[in-house]
Amino acid sequence: MPGTFHPAPVDTEGFGRELDKIRDEVLASLGERDAAYIRRLIAVQRKLELSGRALLFASWLPPAWAAGTAALAVAKILENMEIGHNVLHGQWDWMRDPKIHSTTWEWDTASPADQWKHSHNFVHHTWTNVLGKDRDIGYSAMRITPEQPWHPIYLAQPFYNALLALFFEYGIAIYDLELERIPSGRKDPKEAFAQARAVAAKIRRQIVKDYIAFPLLAGPAFLPVLLGNLTANLARNVWAHTIIFCGHFPEGAEVFTEDRLENETRGEWYVRQLLGSCNIDGGRLFHIMSGNLSHQIEHHLFPDLPSNRYAEIAPRVRALCERFGLPYTSGSLARQVGSVWKRVLRLALPGPSRPSAAEPPASTLKAAA
Amino acid sequence: MSPATVLRRLSAAAQWLTSPLLPEDYLSLINPLWTTRELCGRVEAVHAETSDAATLTIRPGRGWVPHRPGQWVRIGVDIDGRRHWRTFSLSSAPGSSGDCVTVTVKAVQGGLVSNHLVRRTVVGTVLRLGRPEGVFVLPEPPPPRLLFVTAGSGITPVMAMLDGLRLDSAGGPDIVLVHSAPTPDDVIFGRRLRSLATRHSRLRLYERHTRVEGRLRPADLARLCPDWTERSVWVCGPPAMLDDIAAHWTGPADEFHVERFSLAPAAAAGSGGRVRFTRSGREAETDGGTPLLVVGENAGVVMPSGCRMGICYGCVARLRSGQVRDVRTGQVHGDAGEMIQTCVSVAAGPVEIEL
Repeated sequence: MPGTFHPAPVDTEGFGRELDKIRDEVLASLGERDAAYIRRLIAVQRKLELSGRALLFASWLPPAWAAGTAALAVAKILENMEIGHNVLHGQWDWMRDPKIHSTTWEWDTASPADQWKHSHNFVHHTWTNVLGKDRDIGYSAMRITPEQPWHPIYLAQPFYNALLALFFEYGIAIYDLELERIPSGRKDPKEAFAQARAVAAKIRRQIVKDYIAFPLLAGPAFLPVLLGNLTANLARNVWAHTIIFCGHFPEGAEVFTEDRLENETRGEWYVRQLLGSCNIDGGRLFHIMSGNLSHQIEHHLFPDLPSNRYAEIAPRVRALCERFGLPYTSGSLARQVGSVWKRVLRLALPGPSRPSAAEPPASTLKAAA
Repeated sequence: MSPATVLRRLSAAAQWLTSPLLPEDYLSLINPLWTTRELCGRVEAVHAETSDAATLTIRPGRGWVPHRPGQWVRIGVDIDGRRHWRTFSLSSAPGSSGDCVTVTVKAVQGGLVSNHLVRRTVVGTVLRLGRPEGVFVLPEPPPPRLLFVTAGSGITPVMAMLDGLRLDSAGGPDIVLVHSAPTPDDVIFGRRLRSLATRHSRLRLYERHTRVEGRLRPADLARLCPDWTERSVWVCGPPAMLDDIAAHWTGPADEFHVERFSLAPAAAAGSGGRVRFTRSGREAETDGGTPLLVVGENAGVVMPSGCRMGICYGCVARLRSGQVRDVRTGQVHGDAGEMIQTCVSVAAGPVEIEL
């Protein structure tokens, strides 16, 4: 729960300078190796997708169905997470390749890249974990911190969180429309309508591709192909939901109040990003499959550094946190998922009242800094 | 239905299978030249011309439009992960190297791209290509009397022209070529030019070896080619030579053609400068401290924007010309066509942005 971290005075500006140094070092060393990484990954992902679809054409053989579906699911996960998410962050813009560029990339999910870039890159990454500013806190649908006032609708949140996991891509697309801002006039309904049409067009193409065109091409294997594609999409959704919820909602991630933003310095911004994010421990393959969001802390400190570098700088960031007396939250996937679900279940009910509600940790830290 | 229509419809149908990507994104896994959205070419051969110049034979991919001799092409090359674009004259006539074209590059001292192309390009490298451009091309039919004045790598477009002219036909043009290079060994295409001149009496070649004889003067031209002002003149070389000869030209203006390899020298990376937003037509004078995003907004340009701190890439825009400084690193950068983050970039000299 928020408020567990009560810092001694922290040299936030010194911390920020050290992080800037890491950032500059990485930027200065970007080159051939990094370019080769993303190009190879994209090629592997596309070949995996082609193999998966080819195998599914032979899906009257049950092992072919299983292998094809698995390959397609992995391809879709890579496409969304390690490739799409990170390309759209501009992590690869430095290569100046218009084919791998944040302004031209489009991905295989219901959210059009433009809309997602606004709600994610700008709103979420700038105002990470600030109540009332970062809409990603509970995705405007869930109560994941006691500071959010309770409402009876939250009693159903364990149920709709499970539903959201299954249909995550649609959930995110609808969420990006910012419908909750329309009644207060902060969002023009016309704009939301235009965005909804763009979402519908994308969903239509995905449905035609995965549930009509490829099954029809498979002829007698129509049904197994359709089911394989559906399974791959659902698996991708559940995986993305799982990883993403572990980024900011487990035990240890803090939320902040808006006063924290006033005159926030570079160092304070870094500290907020650190305190609001949680890592997941794992091996190299796991990190790639998570889109390196398992390095959520490094990603939030440096959202535009190429994801293949996060694992390299993670030990240095961790050591810096130790040196400056700042917490660095990391845990196994099982632990973080358990922590998230504990929160979703507990906060479905009213309370708990925060012990130090009068003095939220964000302000404490700011005063100390 | 014509085959082209069938192909287009098939491609449109295939796009439903590859959405949100294009069929060519998958086809290029097999052969990178099978893309049309981004014109590519594969290096088929690298041939050293002099100690610091090389000819690259390039097989263009789908979508290549045959060029006219004398035209240039933009070439995009990835160096250390980053794409760099430069312009080079095509040095062969269409069809003379099979389906391939050639460019001949001279390594400029300190030049990142030219040195890479001359010394570190291997057969099989895939380059990005623009479309052939430029108006430094002979009319059809060619003028009966021609004078080419070239220096250094300025010979490259003229080599393509000579390649395209039928020197052996009786009615072919009468050609004088005056070429300057420091020494005989530095003459790009030296052996080929000399052999052409020996075989074809209608081609007279004068080599000017500047290390011994000094730079070519307009007076020298009049001596080597007394009727030079009555010829159709084509000049390609360093700006000083071009200006010098142009100043002495007394013939008809439409018979004098120049190709400049370097436009006005890039403004020294100073601080601030005039910023022009090309699509909206707005301009502003700026200091070296105001981000281009703010400059544009103050000038009334609809600027895409986001976090305003360099993390979200909501503000990137295409740089048409000039250089910018990254306020975070102090690094000055900027190639024409580069996408820059306007919120953390300030002008380093005059800048044009496509907004």
